[in-house]
Amino acid sequence: MSNDLYGPVANVAEQAGWEAPPPRKGFFTDTSICIGCKACEVACKEWNQVPEDGLNWLGSSYDNTGALGASTWRHVAFIEQSKPLPGQEPGFEGAPTGPSATDALNRSVDEAQQGNLAMLGTDSGQVSLGMPATRLPGADSTSRTEFRWLMASDVCKHCTHAACLDVCPTGSLFRTEFGTVVVQEDICNGCGYCVPACPFGVIDRRIEEHGVKNAGIAQKCTLCYDRLQADMTPACAKACPTESIQFGDLDELRDRAQKRVEQLHANGVTNARLYLEDKTDGIGGAGAFFLLLDEPETYGFPPDPVVTTRDLPSMWRRAGLAAAALLAGAVASFLGGRA
Amino acid sequence: MSTQGTEHGNRKDDVRAVIGSAGGRRRRGGGERSMVPPAEFTSYYGRPVLKPSPWQADIPAYLFLGGLAAGSSLLGAGADVTGRQSLKRPARFAAVAAISASFAALVHDLGKPSRFINMLRVAKPTSPMSVGTWILSVYGPLAGLAGAAELVDTVRADRWLPGRLRTPARVLHASGRPAGIGAALVAPAVASYTAVLISDTATPTWHAGHREMPFLFAGSAAAASGGLGMIAASTTDAGPARRLAVGGVLLDLGAEQLMEKSMGLAAEPMHQGKPGLLMRAAKALNVVGGVGAIVGRRSRALSAASGAALVAGSACTRFGIFYAGQESAKDPKYTIVPQRERVDEQGPTRVEGLRTRGTGAGPAADARQRTTSTLSRRGTNSPIT
Ligand code: SF4
Repeated sequence: MSNDLYGPVANVAEQAGWEAPPPRKGFFTDTSICIGCKACEVACKEWNQVPEDGLNWLGSSYDNTGALGASTWRHVAFIEQSKPLPGQEPGFEGAPTGPSATDALNRSVDEAQQGNLAMLGTDSGQVSLGMPATRLPGADSTSRTEFRWLMASDVCKHCTHAACLDVCPTGSLFRTEFGTVVVQEDICNGCGYCVPACPFGVIDRRIEEHGVKNAGIAQKCTLCYDRLQADMTPACAKACPTESIQFGDLDELRDRAQKRVEQLHANGVTNARLYLEDKTDGIGGAGAFFLLLDEPETYGFPPDPVVTTRDLPSMWRRAGLAAAALLAGAVASFLGGRA
Repeated sequence: MSTQGTEHGNRKDDVRAVIGSAGGRRRRGGGERSMVPPAEFTSYYGRPVLKPSPWQADIPAYLFLGGLAAGSSLLGAGADVTGRQSLKRPARFAAVAAISASFAALVHDLGKPSRFINMLRVAKPTSPMSVGTWILSVYGPLAGLAGAAELVDTVRADRWLPGRLRTPARVLHASGRPAGIGAALVAPAVASYTAVLISDTATPTWHAGHREMPFLFAGSAAAASGGLGMIAASTTDAGPARRLAVGGVLLDLGAEQLMEKSMGLAAEPMHQGKPGLLMRAAKALNVVGGVGAIVGRRSRALSAASGAALVAGSACTRFGIFYAGQESAKDPKYTIVPQRERVDEQGPTRVEGLRTRGTGAGPAADARQRTTSTLSRRGTNSPIT
């Protein structure tokens, strides 16, 4: 086992003890071409037989999984923003507001404004769920505003320094020959330590009500370890219709991502940026990294994650000191009376 | 708020305020618990970035009982060597009882308790829980043996046991002292490793306190076990327990003070709601118990009352810190704001130099230093209520 807890690593599988491992595999998720179809969520559930964990509308645009968890290994985030579409000039901004939908819709809205909410099939005037409301969007402003919709498919990052793996007391979480991080479900005893250790809130302990399969043990994306061993593409990447999720050798994906970001910048999408692709970042770079169009926290990512194990050597030293202090204090309390 | 920043604060699990993101500007992510003007930040619909640990009350109980056991073993061994019978007996019994209960709490909190044994299939220095399991598997039997010896002595088993059982009883009796001293030597590790256990996580409040947490836990363990000694032992024998308790209170309070200074925003959950109440109670109980230990040292009743306050204070500390951490993980503010500030001040964390196996020094260590000092510098001027 290696003691390398922080900083860039040349070959993560080799470091974990694999001899002549295959190239490190990963995902490059290019959110600029995600269309929010959730095919990845579905494909993941089906292939990995992940139990259903709630069919909910959360009131956050079209997101109905909310976050990654024990039974959600791909999560598509939806963000609605008052920002211009990058690299395009839709010509909306500043245009006068006014009826723009079909006559039928206008009539419904008119009715609704008289108080007949049934026409719209909704009565959500009290709280805004981001759902159809009884007031026209932008009714208070005299000109239209810009609008863009961000979508991003989130997944376990398969960190180079994976806190979940390092803190696992049973060795259930392990580094595969592909450099990915996988739970061995027959070994995990459900201690739950990996859950607060992950700086991305990815891994979780499955609860009984979400299906008895593997209830009580930690679960997360395996980067389709079984498919990788058979030289196949992971289910989500296979299902993605726009190739927003790209699977491959990590080095190649990094090159590709670099080119993509340059291309986007050249096309005027100046806010495009890569997230977690850098080997020198706080987690040593991720196996699954992203191209984002806004700050990471907009998508629910931590802006600058640093693996907790960076401080582990110093924590052990201090725990040793504290233990020594306690021992000395105890000895002193017995000697104290004699003096 | 503009049409864009509509509040969607209506999720069933009370996720507060929310905001997709708007125009690169950060918006308030405050809520009813904030006592300071909330930092402005962007989050994904106010949802947590992190997952709180799935741990229940078992775990803070485990932290508390482990500390109580550890300190009791120290007192037990000292009392044995210095011939303080009325301190030795309760201390040895307390150590066994507390460590057994803490072990039960630990196993009970597993998702698959039947697989506890899997803890023993590896020994991983990178996993404080693995290290702790091994520490406990050395400490537990030693404390148990000392407790068994005490039991044999207490019931005077060598007098009435049938002949063939007397020899094992005598062996037990004889092993009491070495086992007790052995347990006492491992005990300090039992008390302080749990600080690393909770600090080695991404949970903001637990991790931000990682520098001082071991001292806080050691102090808390000393106060709890000293307090128990004060309850159980005669006033003449209780001297060392009293001194240990007072020292523990000082270490606990001092470490907590320093910790809060270095934690920055992550200290906030220790001042709000249930964890805030527990932390305030802990402080009050510690002060009352510590003062009572000194002024009431000649009164059995006052000693016992002070001791009880100290035991309760230690429990409050552990539960307070535990729940403060849970809260800090549930609110994205504590994850996002410090990281965003760091990025805005000095750019994203970058560690220079490709490290190879086993090298701990070099530029990487420099970078580690850099981030650490910035963290603590920022901590001093962050709002703390
Ligand atoms: S993202 Fe979390 S669960 Fe995934 S490898 Fe990193 S630490 Fe582990």
